[in-house]
Amino acid sequence: MKTVSRVYTALMLVFLFAPIAILLFFSFNEGKSLSVFSGFSLKWYQELFRDRDTLTAVKNTLVLACTASVVSTVMGTAAAVGISRLRSKHLRGVMDTVTNIPMVNPDIITGISLMMMFVFIGSFFGMRTSLSFYTMLIAHITFCLPYVILQVLPKLEQMDPSLPEAAMDLGCTPLRAFFKVELPEIMPGIVTGLIMAFTMSLDDFVISYFTQGNGFQTLPIRIYSMTKKTVTPKMYALATIIFFVILALLLVSNIPDREQDGAAKRKNK
Amino acid sequence: MKKLLLLVLSALALAALLTGCGSGGGMLTLNVYNWGEYISDGSEGSLDTIREFESWYEQEHGTKLKVNYDTYTSNEDMYAKLSSGAVSYDVVIPSDYMIARMISEDMLLPLNYDNIPNYQYIGEDFRGLYYDEEDKYTVPYTYGVVGIIYNASKVDEADAGGWDLMWNEKYSGSILQFNNSRDAFGTAMYKLGLDVNSTDRAVWDTAFDELVAQRPHVSYVMDEIYNLMESGEADIGAYYAGDYFTMLDAQAEGVDLRFYYPEHTNYFLDAMCIPSSCQNQELAECFINFMLSRDVAVANAEYISYASPNSLVVNDPEYIEDMGPEAMEILYPELESFRESYNLYAYRNLDAETLDYINTLWENVKIN
Repeated sequence: MKTVSRVYTALMLVFLFAPIAILLFFSFNEGKSLSVFSGFSLKWYQELFRDRDTLTAVKNTLVLACTASVVSTVMGTAAAVGISRLRSKHLRGVMDTVTNIPMVNPDIITGISLMMMFVFIGSFFGMRTSLSFYTMLIAHITFCLPYVILQVLPKLEQMDPSLPEAAMDLGCTPLRAFFKVELPEIMPGIVTGLIMAFTMSLDDFVISYFTQGNGFQTLPIRIYSMTKKTVTPKMYALATIIFFVILALLLVSNIPDREQDGAAKRKNK
Repeated sequence: MKKLLLLVLSALALAALLTGCGSGGGMLTLNVYNWGEYISDGSEGSLDTIREFESWYEQEHGTKLKVNYDTYTSNEDMYAKLSSGAVSYDVVIPSDYMIARMISEDMLLPLNYDNIPNYQYIGEDFRGLYYDEEDKYTVPYTYGVVGIIYNASKVDEADAGGWDLMWNEKYSGSILQFNNSRDAFGTAMYKLGLDVNSTDRAVWDTAFDELVAQRPHVSYVMDEIYNLMESGEADIGAYYAGDYFTMLDAQAEGVDLRFYYPEHTNYFLDAMCIPSSCQNQELAECFINFMLSRDVAVANAEYISYASPNSLVVNDPEYIEDMGPEAMEILYPELESFRESYNLYAYRNLDAETLDYINTLWENVKIN
């Protein structure tokens, strides 16, 4: 049984990481091919940093993902607090379903309907072009929101309701009780929600494609449009860099957690 | 957790810093919508067309200019975006059949050729083509021809020459067929000498039978063809002449890729047009004219490695030398008349009913 589970884990890791490993490997290829390794070179990294359009696309993607994830985290947390305080069970059910719609809805439908809405509103105000950075931002916030709510709501439910009550008993205003007591309690959910929203926004293609305005191209759209000819190895280099940045972020964010765990264990002794 | 939050916030601050340069006031903008990887962009020492145009324009006219350059994946994607009215572009570069459709739907503006003096360098053969018979809307950018690529170290020379190489059972398993209905049916129809723009269902049924007969021997691919051919995993495939050079550059040891044109084949042509949402037609025409000037056109032709309809490119000694005699021969096959072959054999836009029928047949080819 043990060997079976080991083999299974190994297989899973291979399937997850083999494609990334191949990409990493061929980003150092001197030639353009993904099957013939003609020699080690950093040429594609150089090319990448000379390619202004791709760097602009990376910048655009980051700006969009950061803004969208922060705004949707703030809005989503507020919404989750609101939903958790609804008295009527019926209304709560309705709210839960409604907020989940953007998540279950196929991307293509969300994308096209958002585009149509923007065009409709734009023509209402007599605008020549209705899509811009802001329409894309609204679209991203729309599909990020449910992920935040989904992360924060359970944390609110886990929290002991007598905690904020106790705070208010001791003289806190409801607002202060929220920031001092409730917010720290649900913080893990908020952070997970933020990260989820950031990732969702970062790699979205379909919705972005339909809501993208002139001159604001994101990375997924740029890479996808390269498929008429081949995707250049510059992109492998870019993917490699992104992979290592994320790896570093994960490592750094995991270190303090372990220290805290250690401290908690010591205390329990 | 706090550290993570700090990290995310600092990333946010960094991004905000990067966006510092917003759009300045009083600046002209030109919005260009083109295929991805379809312009010389400064990589590997090539000319950076867009920056070049910006600085040239500023020098010539004294006004700062910003080009917003966006890219699309397919004619259909581009059409969907433009026809929704959600975006406005000043220059687009669609393919022939899509141009025909856009003209019929009033989506393109007639050009003022007085602003495009370099149009005189476009070869005689590239005027009066079916999609724009009176030459009112378009300026040709690149064109290409589909041919057959094969690995000479595996494939017998004697078998090469026609479309039937793609049906040759001797090479079963290492033949690549297009994974899209129009191109796949095209190969069968050219092989049988049928009209690729027929609206007669019986004609398509005949081609269908041919594809079904071929199915056990082929795999269906699109741009995977590059890796499969380069590594020698596959030995026969049809693709565009210009892309053959990309594969040739990257072929593995022991692979000997060659190229030939079967007797009839597909031609495509991408042309620069101005969509009706254009906000500054004169500027757009200025850009088109710039794209036709010698240095820029040569740089683009070398970067894209498709054939150029521009006589400044085709007759340029530097270009001819850079490409080499073999590439020139393949890119510019001797045709009695490009216009005639093109108007006869190139794919055209089919009516929705025929397209539907083809797609149903195609699904059956793949499912059976």
